Amino acid sequence: MTGELTRRDFLSTLGGGVVILCVAEAADAQESGRRVRGGGDARPEEISAWLHIGEDGIVSVYTGKTEVGQNIRTSLSQAVAEELRTPVAGIRMVMADTDLTPYDMGTFGSRTTPTMAPQLRKAAAAAREALADLAASEWGVDRKAVQVAEGKIVAAGRSAGLGQLTAGKQLVQKIGPDVTLTPAAEWKIAGHSVAKVNGRDMVTGMHRFASDVKRDGLLHGKVLRPVAFGAKLASLDDSAAKQIPGVTVAHEGEFVAVAAPDAETAEHALSALKAEWKTEEGQPSDSQLFAYLKANAEAGEDRQAQGSIEQGMADADRKLSGTYTVAYIAHTPLEPRAAVAEWNTDKLTVWTGTQRPFGVREELAGAFNIPQERVRVIVPDTGSGYGGKHSGECAIEAARLAKAAGKPVKLVWTRQEEFTWGYVRPAGVIEISSGVKSDGRMTAWEFHNYNSGPSGSQITYDIPHHRILFHPSKSPLRQGSYRGLAATANHFARENHMDEIAHSLNLDPVEFRLKNLKDQRQRAVLLAAAEKFGWGKQKPAPGHGFGVAIGFEKGSYLATCAEVAIEGGKPKIVRVVQSFECGAVVNPDHLRNQVEGSIIMAIGGALFEQIRFENGRMLNPRLSQYRVPRFADVPLIETVLVDRKDL
Amino acid sequence: ELNVNGAARRVNAGPDRSLLSVLRDDLDLTGAKYGCGEGQCGACTVLLDREAVRSCITPLSRAAGKRITTIEGLEQDGRLHPLQEAFLETGAMQCGYCTPGMIMSGVSLLAKGANPNDAEIVHGMQGNICRCGTYPRIVAAVRMAALRLKTQGRTA
Repeated sequence: MTGELTRRDFLSTLGGGVVILCVAEAADAQESGRRVRGGGDARPEEISAWLHIGEDGIVSVYTGKTEVGQNIRTSLSQAVAEELRTPVAGIRMVMADTDLTPYDMGTFGSRTTPTMAPQLRKAAAAAREALADLAASEWGVDRKAVQVAEGKIVAAGRSAGLGQLTAGKQLVQKIGPDVTLTPAAEWKIAGHSVAKVNGRDMVTGMHRFASDVKRDGLLHGKVLRPVAFGAKLASLDDSAAKQIPGVTVAHEGEFVAVAAPDAETAEHALSALKAEWKTEEGQPSDSQLFAYLKANAEAGEDRQAQGSIEQGMADADRKLSGTYTVAYIAHTPLEPRAAVAEWNTDKLTVWTGTQRPFGVREELAGAFNIPQERVRVIVPDTGSGYGGKHSGECAIEAARLAKAAGKPVKLVWTRQEEFTWGYVRPAGVIEISSGVKSDGRMTAWEFHNYNSGPSGSQITYDIPHHRILFHPSKSPLRQGSYRGLAATANHFARENHMDEIAHSLNLDPVEFRLKNLKDQRQRAVLLAAAEKFGWGKQKPAPGHGFGVAIGFEKGSYLATCAEVAIEGGKPKIVRVVQSFECGAVVNPDHLRNQVEGSIIMAIGGALFEQIRFENGRMLNPRLSQYRVPRFADVPLIETVLVDRKDL
Repeated sequence: ELNVNGAARRVNAGPDRSLLSVLRDDLDLTGAKYGCGEGQCGACTVLLDREAVRSCITPLSRAAGKRITTIEGLEQDGRLHPLQEAFLETGAMQCGYCTPGMIMSGVSLLAKGANPNDAEIVHGMQGNICRCGTYPRIVAAVRMAALRLKTQGRTA
């Protein structure tokens, strides 16, 4: 097993100090639209992270997680610093490098803080205890008298730095899940707003994203794209391109690309290629999308069910039904897919921005039919992903070009390529039928999601008869993970429908929800948002309206109150108050930053983002045609963090 | 011959090359980013004299004879520009990819009007995209820097 080999080699290179290896626990599977992405990557019962305290006192933490702007480089440092009783500045995070870090399935599904942070905390706590044990025996003092604080081991008037006690030996310890952790209520470093640890590199332009990586003799690549989805290459004349000095043309099956010493020449060579394409006609267009998704839907499966819908409807005084749709939208990470590939004899190294470094390593090994240990994927902190950078197509393209040219190649997808040849957030149709008593007690809830995904479709409402189904369908566009997965779509549909019920009964939307809610955490966030918003204390101005929505997903509860105005016939979001509860908060300021950012990103999907396509062609694959939220779209945002240190 | 961050730099490039590609590929100043190639996102923003320009659609010929300032040139004698400091203090970033362009647009705005209000900041920064959605923090950062520059009695 390659992981074992790598780890043994790696341990021998570390030298003296303390090494703590953490054993992974089973992780939740990730859903994305129809199929599980990276489904081939069943995580072995394996070492998930390790931590090394060198004799120089430097604490190095190795994890396969990637930083894409969610600020885990900082929050994971805090988690380790907390248990090691050492300042954050003394922690070095080594992330997402397949030669240096243990296998990791990927950075997605909001799993880093709930699963990786506790593992690293355990490793750090075990390291702290091992060092204290060592101090007790070295110094011949009572173990109980040994304290670890401020990055030092202290006992009976003696003191040593974290790296000073191992004296050339390597102390290796494997830990399981049964290590005791510092309770959140006693946190001194975690739970506080530590600034982004590499923020200075960001504001000075010094950080090197994958698209900024430079190598000696680096060539620039360009890929010839088909004229439409499904188009096949009928003929290619590359003679003119090949005559341009310094240009390499790579052609393998449907893959045609050029590499040149500079980007301008590569562009020139690309336009010199003469290709004919055989297109596939009659592909669906956005105007038929929702009918298409329903027509191609599978029977589906229950995600949550209780009682009998028939009985619930029979018990109802009033019945409602509604259909809700969500369009395909694009992640639009500001850094498009980018990769730099380099072959050294038979080893391939690729720097690329991806949320799945080990998945991309597997894709590369497969593409070139070489063992995985001959592929190294390095992920510099990446210009965002939002679930959009799970795949390795750009890495493979760069590696093919580098192989053909015999030199390192950089490939940065254009914005148009990113829109067209990445994958999109699944579109969906959601149908809801409901029954309610005239006093507002819900009796029945039947919910069907076609194509967009099941996540976040579960209800926290107390409805005696309910049935929630997800129907996979055939997607005209390539689709995949997106921030929050289908939770946004399912919350949008469910909470709109709840408002429609409230209005039909002339009930206050907050009171109506509370009447059907027993879940205490869900009630708490709703009450917190309503209070901060001043719900019920004032009436909206003419042309303005108030709305509320609640939800639960991935272990977190939230509630949002919003004020929306109609200006010139178009909705404008004026104010948003959101309360958020995810258990104990690791970094309040970074959590607020994420909550604010999620609200703003969601405004795009709610009000104006939509991928338009016709017969295998994208119609708006540019930022001048696909509008994303900008400064002027931002409402007044107030966030309320409900910090549950007891959970 | 170009004047970049106060130094004369010689490049061998045609007049139609984009300023962005010359900065990034020829001069290895990778702080300015590619985001869209059509001047829509502002990730490539640099200053020509004091004017913010989208370097991805600016031909090299337009930069000749002008003082080009990139994000790498803002720090003076180991001291960050007040707007760089303000970005750090307000946590006005997530992934950081838009940050250099945002800061350069903000510096240009501050150079024009010493004390812009929020509406003027929003208007002035409207051409820059932060897909992570840190806009409110960026507005706060520009406001903070404007205040400090005013107290120090200087312009950006």
